[in-house]
Amino acid sequence: MAEFTLPKMSKVRKGKHHAAKPGAKNVRSFHVYRWDPDAGGNPRMDTYEVDVAGSAMVLDILLKIKDEIDPTLTLRRSCREGVCGSCSMNIDGENTLACTKGLDELPQGPVSVYPLPHLPVVKDLVPDLRHFYAQYASIQPWLQTQSAAGSRERLQSPDDRKKLDGLYECILCACCTAACPSSWWNPDRFLGPAVLLQANRWIVDSRDEATGERLDDLDDRFKLYRCHTIMNCTNTCPKGLNPAKAIAGIKQLLVSRTV
Amino acid sequence: MTDAWLRTLQATIFRRNSNVAKARPLSPHLGIYRWRVNMLQSTLHRLTGLFLCLGALQVAWGLVAAATGEVAWRVFASFWDSWPGVALLVLWTWSLLFHLCNGIQHLLRDMGMNFGPPTRDRAHNPVYWSTGWIVIGVSVALTLLVWVILILRVSGGTP
Repeated sequence: MAEFTLPKMSKVRKGKHHAAKPGAKNVRSFHVYRWDPDAGGNPRMDTYEVDVAGSAMVLDILLKIKDEIDPTLTLRRSCREGVCGSCSMNIDGENTLACTKGLDELPQGPVSVYPLPHLPVVKDLVPDLRHFYAQYASIQPWLQTQSAAGSRERLQSPDDRKKLDGLYECILCACCTAACPSSWWNPDRFLGPAVLLQANRWIVDSRDEATGERLDDLDDRFKLYRCHTIMNCTNTCPKGLNPAKAIAGIKQLLVSRTV
Repeated sequence: MTDAWLRTLQATIFRRNSNVAKARPLSPHLGIYRWRVNMLQSTLHRLTGLFLCLGALQVAWGLVAAATGEVAWRVFASFWDSWPGVALLVLWTWSLLFHLCNGIQHLLRDMGMNFGPPTRDRAHNPVYWSTGWIVIGVSVALTLLVWVILILRVSGGTP
């Protein structure tokens, strides 16, 4: 049975308030989730009043907080251009990449920043993604072949290559999986949208020769069919991909090979 | 895909939380996520499904009452004649029609339709599944239609 509320020790309390520095021009409030494993206790929401003048993205603000207000704030980030998928988090209620979320895309008023939903928290905005990566490894995300290797690379026609569009762009930031209620309630048995989109990426690859085995592996009440097309995955994907459509593609292939 | 190494891997995947993980808080989910119509639809589909199961019990009650005799039937009939009874009937009508309309959308999705474009520019095309509002709108309109026809029939009108 799904637990709709947070465990007692996970409930978020009110935290510290960091007022704007005197002379700030364009002040905006950011409520940020904080939890320190060394201090223990319950997580809290700290409020930072930040001068957003000259900043474009939410990541700029988080780094500004870290640099100028509170160096203890912990977050993952790397490429700052939506390629690495490190800074995925819940901003203003939806999962996205902090580096590509513009301040002008957010509605007026204070902005809430949480780690990706329904995951164990390592520290502050950093969730534990080991389970997610293990699920990814379980679909064997590499090219599998039985036929003998030729003297050169395995070729693919431009049309077959086109089938990978909308799939290969996935950066495994886990925004979609952490947005999916089916993943929230069945994280141990449902593979989740990101991993299923990746599975479909290998299933539709014309060069892969393990398509049947891949479909066998996914033909499961939980692994695949816990997807109830809620569509949160497609709504939230910061790369504009369509995991729900990819999952539907797998379901259709499973049907079409039995009829 | 039944290699020994894969079994080890799956043991890792399906492993229950270790002590370390238990000491960690679970990040907030349902309480902080922004609701769009698609989430409302999914929730309503569950709730109306449960409510329709209860409705099936009421149908059984009616059948048993009719078979038992006049007194039992009067008790049944007087309940559904009362305001709470009529309100429940309206709610059941809508539940049935919402579940039906949403079921049609599920059917279309199972056939690979109504997923929007394969990729989109998020900044200019934030799709939030307006078809969800169509499902809700049509189910409400059909409920009104059913009850207008019912009321006209009961009051001796033509349709």
